[in-house]
Amino acid sequence: MADNTYTINQNSFQRTKAVEKQVSADYERGLLKNILRTLTENKLAMFCAVMLFLIVLVSLLAPLSPHDPDAQDFLNKLQPPSAEHWFGTDELGRDYFTRALYGGRISLSVGFLSMLLSTVIGTLIGTTSGYMGGKVDMFLMRFTDIFMSVPSFLLMVVINSLFPPKVYSMVIILGLFEWCQIARITRAETLSLKERDFVLASKHLGVSNIQIMFQHIIPNMSSSIIVAGSLAVARAILTESALSFMGLGVQLPKASWGTMLQGAQVYIMDMPSLAVFPGLFIVMTVFSFNILGDALRNALEPRTLK
Amino acid sequence: MEKILEVKNLKVSYHTYAGEVQSVRGVSFTAREGETLAIVGESGCGKSVTAKTIMGLIATPPGEIKAESSILFEGKDILKQSEKEWQAYRGAKCSMIFQDALASLNPTMTIGKQILENITNHFKMPHRDAEKKAVEMLELVGIPDAVRAMRKYPHELSGGMRQRVMIAIALSGDPKLLIADEPTTALDVTIQAQIMDLMQDIQKKFGTTIILITHDLGVVADVADRIVVMYAGRIMEKGSCDEIFYGHRHPYTWALLNAAPSLDLKKKQKLMSIEGMPPDLIDPPKGCPFAARCPYCMNACVECFPPEYTLEEGHKVSCWLYHPDSGYQDIEFGREAEI
Amino acid sequence: MKNYIIRRFLQLIPVIILVSMLSYLIIQAAPGDPIDNYSKPGMTQEQLDAIRQEYNLDGSVVQQYLTWAGHVVKGDFGTSLYQNRPVAELIGERLPATLMLMGSALLLSLIVSIPLGLWAGLKKNKLTDNIIGILSYLGISIPPFWLAMIFIIIFALKLHILPSGGMRTVNVYTNIDVIRHMVMPVIVLSLNNTATFTRYIRSNTISQLEEDYVLTAIAKGTSRPKVLFRHVLKNCLLPIITLAGINIAGLVCGSFVVETVFSWPGIGRLAMDAVNSRDYPIIMGFTMFSCIILLLGNFIADILYAVADPRIRQGMGKTNGR
Repeated sequence: MADNTYTINQNSFQRTKAVEKQVSADYERGLLKNILRTLTENKLAMFCAVMLFLIVLVSLLAPLSPHDPDAQDFLNKLQPPSAEHWFGTDELGRDYFTRALYGGRISLSVGFLSMLLSTVIGTLIGTTSGYMGGKVDMFLMRFTDIFMSVPSFLLMVVINSLFPPKVYSMVIILGLFEWCQIARITRAETLSLKERDFVLASKHLGVSNIQIMFQHIIPNMSSSIIVAGSLAVARAILTESALSFMGLGVQLPKASWGTMLQGAQVYIMDMPSLAVFPGLFIVMTVFSFNILGDALRNALEPRTLK
Repeated sequence: MEKILEVKNLKVSYHTYAGEVQSVRGVSFTAREGETLAIVGESGCGKSVTAKTIMGLIATPPGEIKAESSILFEGKDILKQSEKEWQAYRGAKCSMIFQDALASLNPTMTIGKQILENITNHFKMPHRDAEKKAVEMLELVGIPDAVRAMRKYPHELSGGMRQRVMIAIALSGDPKLLIADEPTTALDVTIQAQIMDLMQDIQKKFGTTIILITHDLGVVADVADRIVVMYAGRIMEKGSCDEIFYGHRHPYTWALLNAAPSLDLKKKQKLMSIEGMPPDLIDPPKGCPFAARCPYCMNACVECFPPEYTLEEGHKVSCWLYHPDSGYQDIEFGREAEI
Repeated sequence: MKNYIIRRFLQLIPVIILVSMLSYLIIQAAPGDPIDNYSKPGMTQEQLDAIRQEYNLDGSVVQQYLTWAGHVVKGDFGTSLYQNRPVAELIGERLPATLMLMGSALLLSLIVSIPLGLWAGLKKNKLTDNIIGILSYLGISIPPFWLAMIFIIIFALKLHILPSGGMRTVNVYTNIDVIRHMVMPVIVLSLNNTATFTRYIRSNTISQLEEDYVLTAIAKGTSRPKVLFRHVLKNCLLPIITLAGINIAGLVCGSFVVETVFSWPGIGRLAMDAVNSRDYPIIMGFTMFSCIILLLGNFIADILYAVADPRIRQGMGKTNGR
């Protein structure tokens, strides 16, 4: 059974103190390191990160386009894609590619800002609920439950039909209806975090509840919040596009991808490509956010080694 | 006594993202017909993996049983069995009881169906006879009102009753070998004793060989005929129950026994704790895995894992202290080990 | 069991009340006086007051709400402003078409997602799993209305094999015709749920396969296919009942969009028209109605789950079964 490569010598039976080997695997990693490592290990996530980066970049650089998104050119209306007009032109002869880029600015910023709002609301409610416990928790969670069973999309439709929406009001409405998931996640995290030693210690030191929540609990949930946030952006972009498509979201002259698709519906017979491109942008963006969110979740919630 | 099971040079690894975890690193022992063999060690020492390998429950991948390993059951190497032969072997020749009976029973299937499954897998008999046998089995393990219990679901029974059901399932295929992996760990102390008594009764009745896997030396003392002490995937010492408890020669066995509370602890002795942690099995030390925690560590211990020294017939120790030239053959372990 | 059902049913009531208050408030807060919809220029103050009274537009918001709620309890959702017919009747007329769409979509997503999810779970991290995984991510990332447009372009406009919208061809009264009209709406409507269910079943399969009871079953000498079908399958699919209940919300909202794109004559379409013409009674009625469908869906799912899972079935008498 022994590995017989060892030959006994005169020192063999000298007493000694063996040094413990260091644990070889690097178990603890920082948040940023984790994210980077996920991206290098998961090719699909890497691909999505790059795609997302490109979409954001071209949307930001939209003003560099040689075309004016609002310049009409009736002689060249409803052109198919060409070297001059990459995505062709729409019914008013506007360059569709440039319009898609500007549409991306609106879709992305609505998605991102409403995610910020819903994350803030959700985190505050979830953390308070989990940390305070008792009746506060019961009341807030019951409220969240009820809110979750409301057909929110329909209410958004109703609200938007009654108050002609601006971009900022879209952000607020989407934010107000999307916080429930995040509240649930942060509550669950808070419940486990508040039993940890560092929280208990601060409590005994007389640190105020609010300070504990903001300095100890919320920062320690950052990875879960990032994951939930990235999924929330995806949801918000989808909802916004659906509302705009129904004519109840971002309205002309401002156009998001959804608004563009609404316009394309009319010309679906003549120029189907108008319906294809903005949709592809939505799918790519939402897909990337979903994949990245889940990849991060898998990376940040280390279970037993697979 | 006939050898019923012979494990030879068993090596099992798990492939993980962090690397290859060498869970079992060359383990050999035998179990004889009708005896109780206990495998004792801390959690993570490879004892459960050894048990699962004997049952053929290692998923490959991520697990890997090295080619040089062999397990002879009644003289036949079960590691070279076909899947069909495994199915005929599991549950009929060799059965297993798991630690957590609640998790090990299907929550949405009645007790009766779960016992019947094992019976119908291995015996061709009319359904009514199979059902009768299932009820008999439940009665045998001391379940009151067995006919009604057949229709109950696992969560409706108490922890002790569930473990009895597990034993009934395991016995229903009339196995020659019963592997019990920490069968009493999840139970209350009084129930623990009842379950152990039950297993001994069964052994007397059917002459079943039992391999008892546990970290709890207290459980082992009254039950085991022979004991194998494992640490970090290797066997440290093996011998009869008396040899291990009263004539142990390995520093690890000594430390383990002194770390366990017992009623006959002398003169207000304090419990000893073993300093340090078991080694990382992804990159195990090349010498004796206990070296870093051993108060009697020598240069040889760091360099190479010791061969097995036979002290008496059946009592074997893997420790350099017993090398003929070491000069420590008659060492007495004491609390204040000098280095 | 009876107690559980009753208690679970009583829990629905506060939600319904809250939703009704919320939607009533939103509509009340809308700019413009609803009276403008009824009045004609040159009406006298008395005539206006009479209209106010007739359409429940006088008194404070609370009073108006209570009057409206009192009617709703009796099944009277008011009268449409433009079609001059009771809202309940309009919704009742359109309901079968919507329920048919939703039911078929739910069925389709179950039929597709169960085998796909199980297959992916069994082949965890293999090529099949990865492909199914990417497809299901696409499924939740594609906006249904866009898919609807693409389908119309491909199958109706280019290939001419399916009708682009509506429920029947004019003057054709066969079931085949209705089914042909249903193909695209049902696929589009089911897409989201199919993707969600597939992912859920996959991860559930994986976690069920790691459960100890699977080892016990193998240790009995049960063959692998039998372990899967006898043990894993049931435990894996049980939670789908709850999930399907929750996702009825998605179906209700989805049918709203899908009916609009495919001109499907259901309640979603009715509501969309009402939204465009600001027909408040219909909007209110529709919101309430969708909410009730959704809650009943959850309710039925909970009861079914309780019936299917012995752990809950027995615990129901004592504790909250959720």
